Amino acid sequence: MGTKTLVVIGNGMVGHKLLATLIERGEAMRWNIVTFCEEPRHAYDRVYLSSFFAGKSAQDLSLLPTPTFYEDHGITVHLGDKAIAVDRQHQVVTSAQGRTIPYDELVLATGSYPFVPPVPGKDATGTFVYRTIEDLEGMMAHAKTSKVGVVIGGGLLGLECASALKNMGLETHVVEFAPRLMAVQLDDGGGAMLKRKIEALGVKVHLNKNTTEIVKTPEGRIQKMVFADKSELPTDMIVFSAGIRPRDELPKEIGLTMGARGGVVVDDHCRTSDPHIFAIGEVALYKERIYGLVAPGYHMATVVADQLAGTSAPATFTGFDMSTKLKLLGVDVGSFGDAMGATPGCHVIGFSDSRAETYKKLVLSADKKTLLGGILVGDASAYGQLHQFMLNQVVMPAEPEALILPSSSGKPAGMGVECLPDAATICSCLNVTKGTICAAIDADNLTEVGQVKACTKAGTGCGSCVTLVKDLIKDTLKKKGITVTNHLCEHFRHSRQELYHLVRVQKIHTFDALLAQHGHGEGCEICKPAIASILASAWNEHVLKGPHRPLQDTNDRYLANIQRDGTYSVVPRVPAGEITPHQLIVLGQVASKYNLYTKITGGQRVDLFGARLEQLPPIWEELLAAGFESGHAYGKALRTVKSCVGSTWCRYGVQDSVAFAIEIENRYKGLRSPHKLKSAVSGCARECAEAQSKDFGIIATEKGYNLYVCGNGGMKPQHALLLASDLDGPTLLKYTDRFLMFYIRTADRLERTATWFNKLEGGLDYLKAVVIDDSLGLGAELEAEMQHIVDTYQDEWRTTVENPEARRHFRAFINSDAADPTVVMVSERGQVRPATWDEKASTLTTASI
Amino acid sequence: MSTWHPLCALSDIPANSGVAALVDGTQVAVVRTVDRTGREAIYALANFDPFSKAMVISRGIVGSKGDTPFIASPIYKQRFDLRSGACLDDASVSLPTFPVKIEGGRVAVQA
Ligand SMILES: Cc1cc2nc3c(=O)[nH]c(=O)nc-3n(C[C@H](O)[C@H](O)[C@H](O)COP(=O)(O)OP(=O)(O)OC[C@H]3O[C@@H](n4cnc5c(N)ncnc54)[C@H](O)[C@@H]3O)c2cc1C
Ligand code: HEM
Ligand code: SF4
Ligand code: SF4
Repeated sequence: MGTKTLVVIGNGMVGHKLLATLIERGEAMRWNIVTFCEEPRHAYDRVYLSSFFAGKSAQDLSLLPTPTFYEDHGITVHLGDKAIAVDRQHQVVTSAQGRTIPYDELVLATGSYPFVPPVPGKDATGTFVYRTIEDLEGMMAHAKTSKVGVVIGGGLLGLECASALKNMGLETHVVEFAPRLMAVQLDDGGGAMLKRKIEALGVKVHLNKNTTEIVKTPEGRIQKMVFADKSELPTDMIVFSAGIRPRDELPKEIGLTMGARGGVVVDDHCRTSDPHIFAIGEVALYKERIYGLVAPGYHMATVVADQLAGTSAPATFTGFDMSTKLKLLGVDVGSFGDAMGATPGCHVIGFSDSRAETYKKLVLSADKKTLLGGILVGDASAYGQLHQFMLNQVVMPAEPEALILPSSSGKPAGMGVECLPDAATICSCLNVTKGTICAAIDADNLTEVGQVKACTKAGTGCGSCVTLVKDLIKDTLKKKGITVTNHLCEHFRHSRQELYHLVRVQKIHTFDALLAQHGHGEGCEICKPAIASILASAWNEHVLKGPHRPLQDTNDRYLANIQRDGTYSVVPRVPAGEITPHQLIVLGQVASKYNLYTKITGGQRVDLFGARLEQLPPIWEELLAAGFESGHAYGKALRTVKSCVGSTWCRYGVQDSVAFAIEIENRYKGLRSPHKLKSAVSGCARECAEAQSKDFGIIATEKGYNLYVCGNGGMKPQHALLLASDLDGPTLLKYTDRFLMFYIRTADRLERTATWFNKLEGGLDYLKAVVIDDSLGLGAELEAEMQHIVDTYQDEWRTTVENPEARRHFRAFINSDAADPTVVMVSERGQVRPATWDEKASTLTTASI
Repeated sequence: MSTWHPLCALSDIPANSGVAALVDGTQVAVVRTVDRTGREAIYALANFDPFSKAMVISRGIVGSKGDTPFIASPIYKQRFDLRSGACLDDASVSLPTFPVKIEGGRVAVQA
């Protein structure tokens, strides 16, 4: 511990940054450091405060790498103790709990507080500010008994807060005094586009509104707000987000030089008018300005660390680039440099598209050579590039508008494989990186997935990366100038989408007919199952009907999932995971009788493993008798619709998620699609069913259901996106019908909805237009196609056991009733498992292989 | 000298698919193809898939690569030339084949 004492008042984000920097530089040993922390906990990440609503704990948000980080480095922290006085003459700090600490150097890092306008009724029960974890705890508790929430202030923080209210299921309003949203960062055009977009998301925006009174109930609860124009807005909850004010009561009291509107004046070294007192973060005023972002605060912290360490060439603070890019309520917003075009003589280029709901603006220097700033709303994908252009004063092209106009070639909306770094692991089973795969494609001119597999082994494990590998081939060849086609395989010079169209339009019902009219050769393991799937999606005939049977992969051919030893697993459907005790008993009885290994799947049902071919029909018969049917675990088809327990039992539930999940699973069961489909329904915003990781997921709201689409777990997890909010049941099913059929119509073979979405030009807006606004005029057709599937559903197991011709294929040998002798089970943890090859080799004679 | 083992009627094997047969304790995949001109062919090769080490070849999908007829293992999808047993995806691997014939509408293999 050092000899000189440093006192830091405030342990927020910037105060912590100072301490962490001193520790990192070994300065913590030279100083005796004491810090006062008014809040009941150490510094936490205020920037991610909103994630507290999404379930992050105070611990998760902590900025300390370990709970004893300060103590371990000899720093004394007084938690929950506020510094209340400073004696500059004797250099002593006094705290609320009566501590007196003499200092050699003092740092003020007291941050700011939310400004609450002096409106009558501002202290009503149900008014909040948005700054600390305690504020959020209060909001969460109050929201439980509220239906409507209002945010006063339409700035960056206000909109973030609105998003939180909306996610808590409240009817959400934003009330703004100014004539536009985000008045600091956006101009009128940008503000208007942002308003339009967030209103479409269901947040009501009221501009030019001056709140004159908050009317309370006799119990002191908020009743309504009254505005200067005499209009009123009833609400249960109000959050003030009308700007921040520096926590400068201490410096003011001790006579440091202050700004006219508050804030401690600091110089280039963040020193105040007292040479032994520094100020950093949101309490500091530099050149008439408070910097209300964390990055400039962090820079100030390093400036002060340099001073304390006596660095020979200390850093200075001379202002900061306040450019921002963020997602507010899911809307991309970017604002950088001179966004308002305030520079004398500057030129402005604007582009606004109300169809795509984007607004873009560039501000150029008077000589049109460099970029001074800009605004992006709705699509901020160019932000990184433009911001770099501005910072590096890159000379602009002759037509800089090309930088913001949509490219006529229609570049893909999503992030394709080209965006992945070379080090990205594509095949995690065999640990093959993108770099390795692309190098192999490039060096050996590979054009087929099979070749890449042979060369690099990528895709030879679980196979889930094959779509990515295919995209890499396309991308790499394109870069080499070789044109690639999306033909299904050598037998069909058409994409899956084209073949689907041909099947529908020409009413083709068999593979042979399609091959005769549009194909070459005899077909293969690629096109046969793909076309079998197209035929099933279109006509929904039994997959084992005569001509279809040999097209099917082994899983579909035997209506069960093949395992590594050639046996199969059986998964009966358990819609929404709801199962009767009797059915559970039957599962146990069947498993015991046939000596099957049982496991609960992640799809809320039970998997029975180790069934031999000839055992499948009798197993099904017993399951059918107990009311089970096929779960289609073997098909590229709808798997399960998971559900949480929902409002019937759960004290938080707002809808009966189980009943709805059952309805959905029964509607779409048996639907064949380009890849498997998964779904889930959660009974409230707590999202216990994890619906946002599904191809289509549903989260109940007070008013109905939110529909999310194109999510994915697995290798490349992707969150589902909100397609529509507060739907009633029938509307939700209508949208889902359209969405699923549109996907089935247009996706590539073995392409999950998430991958499909990433390639979809126009992205979410386009998908909304097709599904909700019926922009392609396909709505009725897609719904009718789905209704056909629903109406022609049959239980594939039942049809098979009832048909002797179909049943006869379920035997091990054509010329013997013997069971396959190479299937050998051993016991493990009280059940069977397939014997390993070594275990088998000792029991089997070589003749048998 | 191996003998011919009668197995089944040709019509017991659906066109463009395989069945497994147990021939003196050896598992044989017998595959019947009917090309788009209606030409029949029959092949017999080992039912043992060396990649997965399981007896599954007969349950694969039958197809063609150029003029080469093949069956693809249902486990990891490697393709095997129906005529020679050679693996099309890994030159170092090949399946044993067996003589097979159709006589009077019935299939027999020699093993
Ligand atoms: C919801 C939210 C979202 C935000 N999002 C972003 C963002 O996306 N990007 C961004 O750059 N910035 C964001 N900010 C702003 C960012 O959090 C602040 O710029 C940053 O926290 C400022 O750090 P600070 O240390 O100056 O103040 P604070 O983090 O507020 O810390 C000051 C601390 O000092 C304590 N204190 C005050 N007086 C005393 C006293 N007398 N004695 C003892 N302790 C005292 C206070 O209780 C507080 O704990 C956001 C802020 C909020 C509230
Ligand atoms: C493309 C990569 C994937 C492959 C190859 C794959 C393979 C399989 C297989 C073979 C089964 C069936 C097991 C059996 O009964 O024999 C299965 C079941 C299952 N998989 Fe995957 N899987 C993949 C991705 C995923 C992902 C991304 C998730 C979760 C987000 C997942 C979750 C499940 C679940 C929950 C089941 C049980 C389903 C049921 O009850 O029917 N899988 N998977
Ligand atoms: S069940 Fe899925 S995750 Fe598990 S080993 Fe098989 S493919 Fe991999
Ligand atoms: S998601 Fe379902 S189980 Fe979870 S809290 Fe909400 S209603 Fe209850």
